[in-house]
Amino acid sequence: MSDRLRIALLLAPALAVIGLLFGGGLLIGLLRSFNYMPVIGLTEPNLDAYRAVLSSRDFLGSFLLTFHISFTSTVISAVLAVGAALLLRKTFPGRAVINFLFQLNLTVPHLVGAIGILYLFSQSGSFARLAHAAGMIDRPADFPALVFDPYAIGIILQYVWKEIPFIGVIVLAQMQALGQDYEAVARSLGASRWQAFRHVLLPLIMPGVLSACVIVFAFTFGAYEIPLVLGENHPAALPVLAYRTYTDVDLASRPEAMAMAIVIALLSGLMIWAYVRLTRRGARA
Amino acid sequence: MGRDPLWMRTFQVLTGTLLILWLVLPLVPLAIWSFARGWRFPSLLPNQWSTEAWTFAFSARSGVLEALWTTTLIALIATVLSILVGVPAGRALGLYKFRGKGAVELLILAPIIVPGIAVALGIHGVFIALGLTNTLMGVALVHLIPTLPYMTLVMAGIFANYDPAFEDQARSLGASPLQTFWHVTLPAIMPGIIVGGLFAFLVSWSQYVLTLLIGGGRVVTLPLLLFNFVSAGRNDVSGAIGMIYILPGILILLLTARHLSGRSGAVGGFGRV
Repeated sequence: MSDRLRIALLLAPALAVIGLLFGGGLLIGLLRSFNYMPVIGLTEPNLDAYRAVLSSRDFLGSFLLTFHISFTSTVISAVLAVGAALLLRKTFPGRAVINFLFQLNLTVPHLVGAIGILYLFSQSGSFARLAHAAGMIDRPADFPALVFDPYAIGIILQYVWKEIPFIGVIVLAQMQALGQDYEAVARSLGASRWQAFRHVLLPLIMPGVLSACVIVFAFTFGAYEIPLVLGENHPAALPVLAYRTYTDVDLASRPEAMAMAIVIALLSGLMIWAYVRLTRRGARA
Repeated sequence: MGRDPLWMRTFQVLTGTLLILWLVLPLVPLAIWSFARGWRFPSLLPNQWSTEAWTFAFSARSGVLEALWTTTLIALIATVLSILVGVPAGRALGLYKFRGKGAVELLILAPIIVPGIAVALGIHGVFIALGLTNTLMGVALVHLIPTLPYMTLVMAGIFANYDPAFEDQARSLGASPLQTFWHVTLPAIMPGIIVGGLFAFLVSWSQYVLTLLIGGGRVVTLPLLLFNFVSAGRNDVSGAIGMIYILPGILILLLTARHLSGRSGAVGGFGRV
């Protein structure tokens, strides 16, 4: 058997599964977003759904909110994750236990994290009770709204909680692969601690940090259950709005839901493009 | 490098402690709620402790055991299918260089980055036509979208360090292809199958929106049940289900901790959980 045939046969099942399920799902979503569905007699594709979606205040509000959530969570998680990796790369007593605890919530499903954040930060949650015990508030309503709030603070807290270890573990592995020689050289040449980090270590780990950020951004932009548990009803995060529109009793709004799904897919397509550019650059460095 | 000054070390210990506290903190109220009876504002701790929520969770009425079984079965089916499909693909990507390899890798990577909801709405229509909506098999199939990429990436990593010359030797000594696979290939790639399989299991185990949409509310997995109890305000039962739900992940972390060197494939598996 030639290598070409062998490779084709080895790849065929995986490509069929991903092509049919993933590619097929995207393609059908795309066709339906254009109001094209020959089975039920819709043979004239048009842009009505996109026109309706893009001119709707609900959609724009949701889009901006979701972008704010993704951008803010990604930036905060990345900064804290780099800090955490700097701490954890050192040798110290009990390192194995700390590393285990650091990775623990990588395995905890997002939904559980969201419920935990809800019980911590709601107006009758643990922090509100502590504030009451400290004499800072009298009633739950006195506690600032940190969940179901217009700034999506609760959602962002959940993502920061979950994504610090995700980015952190990737960055930590990179730092350990690099070793400390480069920084040691910089330090021996008179660089300060900060200069050695800023001008030597940071540029070296940046491609890895950014490619992890791309994954986090795309995930947070498309996640459903976290804003469902912690977010306001109005404006809702884009995936929540898309799901709600799709399951609306009025079947005529389904193409609009598809159009929203395609917007999410397009944005993640942009992220894939960024990821490829970053990892290729990283491979060259 | 030289030792850090004292103020620096103090700062490091303090921030490190804060960091770990923050990472564990959201699980604490869940654990406490599961043993609480009527824990009202402003009590810092429950006035009364009880195991009622746990007794209820394990009774037939709550539906937890049934959901546990459904979740496990779906994750097992998705894992087995991922292994069957992902191992050959990983072999192609790990062992060979070929034209269009970059494109194939990108296609296999894409479902990791594109959120499930973006494809699930389109799939839903097709699955209705195929009679796969509201069925366990339909849910397991749609879980392949997030599980298969990880399985393939982990196996590609394993095969990149695998020497196929052993297979040729076995064949030249008279072993059949099946014997060669069973006695030579499989033992060599087993660690990858185990780690990749555990990740695939965990990725399926944590799916929410794909299950909700394709299962149509008829296929009730643990996260769906958990959300129902949360929205009903049953914090105690939610706490108990939450604890049950995170257990497999923690066990898998304990089992795989030493394999986690941080290469994207492996860590990515946890990342999408």
